[in-house]
Amino acid sequence: MSTTAPENSPLRRFLHNLLQSPWHVRDAALRSGLPTTDRTRSNFVFGNVFLHLHSVRTHRWSLRWSTTWGLGLAATAAFLIALVSGVLLMFYYKPYPEAAYDSIKDIHFVVPTGRFIRNIHRWSANVMVVAVLLHMARAFYTAAYRKPREFNWLIGMGLLVVTLGLSFTGYLLPWDQLAYWAITIGANIAQSPREVTDAVGITETFDPGGLQRELLLGSDIVGEEALIRFYVLHVMLLPLALVSLLAVHFWRIRKDGGMTRPSDADQRLAPKADVYPVFTEAPQKTYQLAAIVKGASPAVGRGPENTVPSMPHLFYAELGVLMLTVLVCLALSMISDAPLKELANPSVPENPAKAPWYFLGLQELVAYSAFMGGVGIPMIVVIGLGLIPFLDREEAETGAWFGGPGGLRLVARSAVFGLASVLGIEAFAIRFGWLREWFPEIPQLVITAVNPGTLLAAIYAAYSLWIVRRYGSARAGALALFTCFLCGFVVLTVIGTHFRGPNWTFYWSPADWPRH
Amino acid sequence: MTPTTATPRSRLDPEPVARRDFLGIASLASFLAAMLFAGLGVLRLPKAAVLASPAKKFSVALPDSLAAGEAFVPPGRSVAVFRDQEGVYAVSLICTHLGCIVKPGQSGFECPCHGSQFAADGSVLRGPAPKALPWLAVSVRGGECVVDESAIIPAGTKVSG
Repeated sequence: MSTTAPENSPLRRFLHNLLQSPWHVRDAALRSGLPTTDRTRSNFVFGNVFLHLHSVRTHRWSLRWSTTWGLGLAATAAFLIALVSGVLLMFYYKPYPEAAYDSIKDIHFVVPTGRFIRNIHRWSANVMVVAVLLHMARAFYTAAYRKPREFNWLIGMGLLVVTLGLSFTGYLLPWDQLAYWAITIGANIAQSPREVTDAVGITETFDPGGLQRELLLGSDIVGEEALIRFYVLHVMLLPLALVSLLAVHFWRIRKDGGMTRPSDADQRLAPKADVYPVFTEAPQKTYQLAAIVKGASPAVGRGPENTVPSMPHLFYAELGVLMLTVLVCLALSMISDAPLKELANPSVPENPAKAPWYFLGLQELVAYSAFMGGVGIPMIVVIGLGLIPFLDREEAETGAWFGGPGGLRLVARSAVFGLASVLGIEAFAIRFGWLREWFPEIPQLVITAVNPGTLLAAIYAAYSLWIVRRYGSARAGALALFTCFLCGFVVLTVIGTHFRGPNWTFYWSPADWPRH
Repeated sequence: MTPTTATPRSRLDPEPVARRDFLGIASLASFLAAMLFAGLGVLRLPKAAVLASPAKKFSVALPDSLAAGEAFVPPGRSVAVFRDQEGVYAVSLICTHLGCIVKPGQSGFECPCHGSQFAADGSVLRGPAPKALPWLAVSVRGGECVVDESAIIPAGTKVSG
């Protein structure tokens, strides 16, 4: 710590100041000294541009691991890791066909630590997708989407879509066989509304599918135009969109009252020694802020009785999640290298041509009909997820895991039902084929519309409507539907990833694939 | 204008739009309208008037040994050219499902991506493909076939030459 400056000689004063300068820099940065008292801890938070996103004090319920499992923060941490590693990769990557492939090869084999950075980038992207999906499941199962957090749930949906968009655009950049054919399939899925317009016979005048594909690729083939478009989306537009949505997402957490907690959270928390009523000595008086704000939102008269200072309690927990995410990404990067196949060859498709794993559930459905599997079902899912907070306007058991009528028992039953349905339909379609195998003359519109995914969605919807009636509660129906959706997603993804081989034929194991 | 001698206005009542406010709002609105139309114009940017893609027309000499019904795939092209007694014809190898390149076999075409199968004339036999493989315009010029990948013709059209 600084001591008083000696008065005697200018030179000694100079030397003294020089020696003291590190501490003076620290004091200047912290503005109010070390965070050792409640006052300086508060200042540590709101006096820091990055930390003041947090509130000064945090409710103890929010700090329980089981409240959030740190999943949202893990997703953010994975994004930051991907951001840093991605910027490093940009120093060597050249977004032009062939040159792109060569530059990835350089990064892999020539650039010092290049392979490791690329692995980290790839694994952090995967960790991010997993964390985002789990975070969504957490928010759903604790009913954290309810009023006043409906809008933040919608922002979260936007973040999910942008996250998947980032992965998809990044997939093309290596310009290898895997990339080229996954994007060819993706671009043609974007074009698949043509299945409907063709069947109706209006493609000549109204062709949204063709427009989508052309906007995505900038050409009628996957070529240099497509690569530069995907590059700009991947390194600029989508990260900007993600950061903007993240800012709103975080800000709304604060504005909507922090983490969701049950109404009886204070009773359920055991007393803790270092928690004390902050307003004990405050005058017993409440203030009306009527002229400034409407409603009863300011916490006037409500003492933060069960809160602890965010510094250190919240920040150390966040630091823990951050370090764990880094650790997981590093460990995965050491174990497994990011793949790089042969240079893209537009005349020989990769067989099987598989998208990133989280799209393989959709690819499984696309193998029956492109429009329904690739556009229809995803749109139904996104609309359905977005509607959840507006259909479930109940209040009971907000903030409790699996809260709502039926609870965990209903979730377990729905999981059994959801798994049985998806496994049954898939087993049937794999064993006996689908419509065209039985009725070769069937109209294309029927094949387009009646996908196993359509059937599955209808079964899930009917089941959850029945649950809504049985329990007389929209929340119960939502629990059933969301659980079924998760089961369907997981099973279809596993089938697409592990059980589909060349020609999209079913194989029990990749070891059974024919060699050629 | 009627003089407001009645009840004095409360500070909490919304203020009427003053002349300056009106001018401010009007200029903002015209600015936004201009930006909107400029933005709508710029929306055309991602759709180029001419697409950057390789030439769709190419000429190729068929090998003399090509048997009837046997597919000849010119290198680097996604087209199968056939020759039989009735003439020469070309079938696109781009799967109508999701754009993979189908493989010509003994009695038709197979797609490696999602298992669509097509008959020798390109019509769909199995799988998710929504349409038959299109036949492409061929002309014969001095022993060489000129195939135009952008010109789709009715299936069964064969050119003798």
